[in-house]
Amino acid sequence: MPETLFHKVWNRHAVRTLASGQTQLLVGLHLVHEVTSPQAFDMLRQHGWHVAFPERTFATVDHITPTDTRRRPFLDLMAEEMTTALERNCREFGIRLCGPGSDDQGIVHVIGPELGLTQPGMTIACGDSHTSTHGALGAIAFGIGTSQVRDVLAAQSLALEPMKVRRIDVNGRLAPGVYAKDVILTIIRRLGVQGGVGYAYEYGGTTIDAMTIDERMTICNMSIEGGARVGYVNPDDTTFAYLRGRRFAPAGAAFDRAVAWWRSLASDPDAPYDDRVVVDAAAIEPTVTWGINPGQSVAIDEPLPDGSSGRPDREAIAEALTFMGLEAGAPITGTRVDVAFIGSCTNGRVSDLEEAARVVRGRKVAPHVKAIVVPGSREVGREAERRGLADVFRSAGFEWRGAGCSMCLGMNTDRLEGRQLCASSSNRNFKGRQGSPTGRTLLMSPAMVAAAAVAGEVVDVRRMLAGGRA
Amino acid sequence: MNGPIVEIAGRGLPLRGEDVDTDRIMPARFLRAVSFDGLERHLFEDDRATDPRHPFGDPRYASAAVLVVNRNFGCGSSREHAPQGLVRAGIRAIVGESFSEIFRGNAAMLGLPCFTSDRGSIEALQALVERAPETTITARVDTGTVTAGELRLPIALPPALTEAFLSGQWNPTAMLLDRFEEVRAVAARLPYFDWQG
Repeated sequence: MPETLFHKVWNRHAVRTLASGQTQLLVGLHLVHEVTSPQAFDMLRQHGWHVAFPERTFATVDHITPTDTRRRPFLDLMAEEMTTALERNCREFGIRLCGPGSDDQGIVHVIGPELGLTQPGMTIACGDSHTSTHGALGAIAFGIGTSQVRDVLAAQSLALEPMKVRRIDVNGRLAPGVYAKDVILTIIRRLGVQGGVGYAYEYGGTTIDAMTIDERMTICNMSIEGGARVGYVNPDDTTFAYLRGRRFAPAGAAFDRAVAWWRSLASDPDAPYDDRVVVDAAAIEPTVTWGINPGQSVAIDEPLPDGSSGRPDREAIAEALTFMGLEAGAPITGTRVDVAFIGSCTNGRVSDLEEAARVVRGRKVAPHVKAIVVPGSREVGREAERRGLADVFRSAGFEWRGAGCSMCLGMNTDRLEGRQLCASSSNRNFKGRQGSPTGRTLLMSPAMVAAAAVAGEVVDVRRMLAGGRA
Repeated sequence: MNGPIVEIAGRGLPLRGEDVDTDRIMPARFLRAVSFDGLERHLFEDDRATDPRHPFGDPRYASAAVLVVNRNFGCGSSREHAPQGLVRAGIRAIVGESFSEIFRGNAAMLGLPCFTSDRGSIEALQALVERAPETTITARVDTGTVTAGELRLPIALPPALTEAFLSGQWNPTAMLLDRFEEVRAVAARLPYFDWQG
């Protein structure tokens, strides 16, 4: 029987059917961070449970971590307390931790693949909804809450129900200046922020096949913004080449054995899907959100929607436009930005910084814009230094920071103030998301953020890539 | 703390709007803590600050147990702080058009069923509670019905959650640890648990 990767991986990790009818699913890799875990460790202590598979558990600090200093104790007392709690919990329960002093520290979804912890065919859980990122390597990876973190710590498994699988084929070539971010924003706009509820998204087609792992991570990362808890790409030669030589990837003869197993898990050519969608890559343009959820976006040269027309979503449009201070029918280009943020688990990898630096090189950040680059991991930061990208950003007037989630969710001190409007390479434009209740977010690719930082307003990055003046 | 959950009865709280994300339910700055204590005070804090008539600030709904919402409630971040805050505020059931999967799962782990119903039923229920907040809403897991005043409407849970609530197995850790040798056996069959082995 032909099967999808989702079903092959699910079946290989199914322990038993519970009395409720749910599946007890083994979790192959558990990633832990400082914000959604302390209560879980407390619950373990209350019950006298230990961590079932400490060697399959890996922790780092990212959400609340300061990006301006690594000096302890942190001036942000809560950051210090939560970091200390994770250090104590990892020591007590025997879990490896990339703490603030570690050269491997970074956003959990950046360091997992970077260290080779993330591998095809795994089930991966983490107390963070962007765990879907790891699906880029052919893993079934999903976000969980803190009580489920407790269950994975204690029992290395979860009580779950299987999902349906929607195949999303993206075919054709992306035009210059159009990136993976534009692809996923386009998919979410088309299928809706609720369209993926109950589904795992399997991304394929010639566009996805031609993408690097970094690009595939950007796509899979935002699956959850379309309602899909899981997003993945079948493992292929690009995946195997990415993993070869990484610290936690198998080595030598074991690598070849692994490749054979990984290959066998890819969806069969005639696998059945619950739904199929086809997207034309050539029709995708640089895309920007204008509203308060990631499905509310326009192509760069498209007018903002009109909330007064007979559309069923007119109330949502009106609410979003009011919050954003934008006008129906107006262009998104020319929207003045106050802050530019390049980073996050969506777009905080070296290739993202490369694309942004191409735009920034030889230019300056507009005087009224606060612009920051936050590498996704310390390794991303080091590599960006080696390649001279950090200097490009610094000399253009960007702040160059340490690794963490930073202004994607405003849990540390990197936050919007008041009604500031931020061009952001992150994943969510929810009301208040970037740390100010009235702050506003426009999601776009890192290159588009760089262009907005330089121009001081939203512009079509293609104009700058072609050598034009902003 | 597990026990069967068959019926939830109490006053209602109508919260209108689609795609209400967990950042709005519980803004990220309130995740800056190592416990869930006190989260109930911060539910919809930013929405309440800008909307003096927000249902979570409305004294008519202060003692509500049944939250009535629209589509895709709880989308976005997986933070359990959102359902933790709701439970701590006394919410014991949510009835809505649809829910984010992660939110619904997190809520279930806390004994908070998220029932779905059709748009018309939700509209009728919200309108009733707005008109007569003192009305008792009774949601039943076993029969899949909600009653409120003259209304009697169908509500649904995924079959496994119905079973989990009725049997008291909605907090599954003990069940997952039971027969743990089977977990180890599945792990032993997966090559990646020991590539070099």
